[in-house]
Amino acid sequence: MAEARIRPRRRFDIRLWLAGGWLLLALLAAIFAPVIAPQDPLAQDLMFERLPPFWMEGAEPGFWLGTDSLGRDLLSRLIYGGRVAFIVAFAAAFAACLVGSTLGLISGYFGGWPDRIISRVVDIWMAFPPVLFAILLVAVFGTGLGSVIIAIAVIDWTRFCRVIRAEAMSQARMDYVENARIAGFGRLRIMVAEVLPNVLPSIVALLSLEMGIAVIVEAILSFVNLSISTDDPTWGGIIAEGRLSIHQAWWVLVFPLVALFLTVLSFSQFGEGLKTRFDPVLR
Amino acid sequence: MTACLDISGLSATLGDGRRILRSVSLTVEPGEVRALVGESGAGKSMIGKAVLGVLPPSVRIVEGSIRLEGQDLGALSPRDRRRVIGAKTALIPQDPLTALNPSRRVGPQMTDRLVHILGWAGDRADRRVRQLLDEVHIREPDRVMRAYPHELSGGMRQRVLIAAAFAAEPRLIVADEPTTALDVTVQKQILRLIALLQKEHGTAILFVTHDLGVVAKISQKVTVLYAGKVVEEADATRLFADPRHPYTRALMAATPRYTDPFASLLPVDETVLAGLAAEIADADRRWEAGHG
Repeated sequence: MAEARIRPRRRFDIRLWLAGGWLLLALLAAIFAPVIAPQDPLAQDLMFERLPPFWMEGAEPGFWLGTDSLGRDLLSRLIYGGRVAFIVAFAAAFAACLVGSTLGLISGYFGGWPDRIISRVVDIWMAFPPVLFAILLVAVFGTGLGSVIIAIAVIDWTRFCRVIRAEAMSQARMDYVENARIAGFGRLRIMVAEVLPNVLPSIVALLSLEMGIAVIVEAILSFVNLSISTDDPTWGGIIAEGRLSIHQAWWVLVFPLVALFLTVLSFSQFGEGLKTRFDPVLR
Repeated sequence: MTACLDISGLSATLGDGRRILRSVSLTVEPGEVRALVGESGAGKSMIGKAVLGVLPPSVRIVEGSIRLEGQDLGALSPRDRRRVIGAKTALIPQDPLTALNPSRRVGPQMTDRLVHILGWAGDRADRRVRQLLDEVHIREPDRVMRAYPHELSGGMRQRVLIAAAFAAEPRLIVADEPTTALDVTVQKQILRLIALLQKEHGTAILFVTHDLGVVAKISQKVTVLYAGKVVEEADATRLFADPRHPYTRALMAATPRYTDPFASLLPVDETVLAGLAAEIADADRRWEAGHG
């Protein structure tokens, strides 16, 4: 007689742990910024302008990654910039995910006229160039953390909608959906109880990916000075300043780029890793 | 006594007007197994789907009625129809690999209908499902109920689905080629299991298949379908002893036998097919004349 197969041993996923490690580190640093940051990120000291990072000649103790052209501590500014990056990443990605996944699920599972309407809106939406659209939206709403978050959510819900629609469509054709209909379950209940669990791994992966995208878009907006007020440090803002002094102080440009790169890469890898972990068939 | 399932004069068309069911009539008496035989594309699965209310949106029923225990499904509102079908019928599906939701544990999938549609208490539904799993010879019901479908073999999954179908004590089970997707050694066990549970529970079964060998083992009544039209209907014993329609005889000649595996298999003869085509054209002409 056939026996239940033995559950395969879970593979240790180095990608998931490295990405998760960096994100946790960056997140903790952002949360506890006032405790961790060695200096006041806004304090200027022209005596200490363009100090190099700690391993180079002429570095000062306490300014680990050097200072910018106004003598502000780069590490502290990066840590505080991370706050903005993470707030935007979480808020914007969750908002985009909620709107996009719900509409995608409805569109894919119900089909018919709800699908036609939602799909047309998505087509039109995606015809706008996203960065220009974001700049336009922020220009309309005014700068500030809230409008950056809204702008990203308004632009990027279509990413969720398209992918989740396609997955829900293939789920809707499955025999277990038909079985649930024969048993007498309503469409809404089938959508939530049968279809949603199967698209959840994709939602999680997309959510993490979207957080990375939100970090980039926020950096782009602050690079062109359209994010939050200019006083507060943001990664995009630091990059914009670093660009001006690249020949005298390359570190001001390079370190925020590295932070941005690692964070975005980690978000996407973390998402992929979670997807494999969540999916009962793949794991 | 009212028939458990009574289909009379059922005609259905596709969106482009092509007929896929041609005035099909058949009945399944309580506790009886009725086999519905035909080659692929004959419309046998469509009849099953029509009974269960899950026809694809492109298929339209243009004539005839389906009665479950005397209740005309066509006369009910969609909501009531769902409720009647949900309470009185169940499906044993063709492909056990796609019939269970891969991201939900097996147990809740089996108790779902008992708890949410029939309103049973959770522990009563649990006990019932465990009893049924025992009846389909699953030795560790608790472990199977906690497992995800991919952790079970194909034969195990089909047993789970059979148990789930019988759990709610439906009046009618539609078995849609339940052994086709399984390998031959498992097919026999599954067939025996369905026959056993059918006898114990006295459930009527509409058994859809293309395999006359399977029909001989399980059913009392047989309906032979070709191109959506009933070509012969009889008791199983009579049909096998004395097939009257040339198509039925041709189908039997095309069935492989374990006792004589080297006998040549005959494809359905062309004169038989020509005769069938003429019969169907004739039926369509009369139907169109009647419907202007």
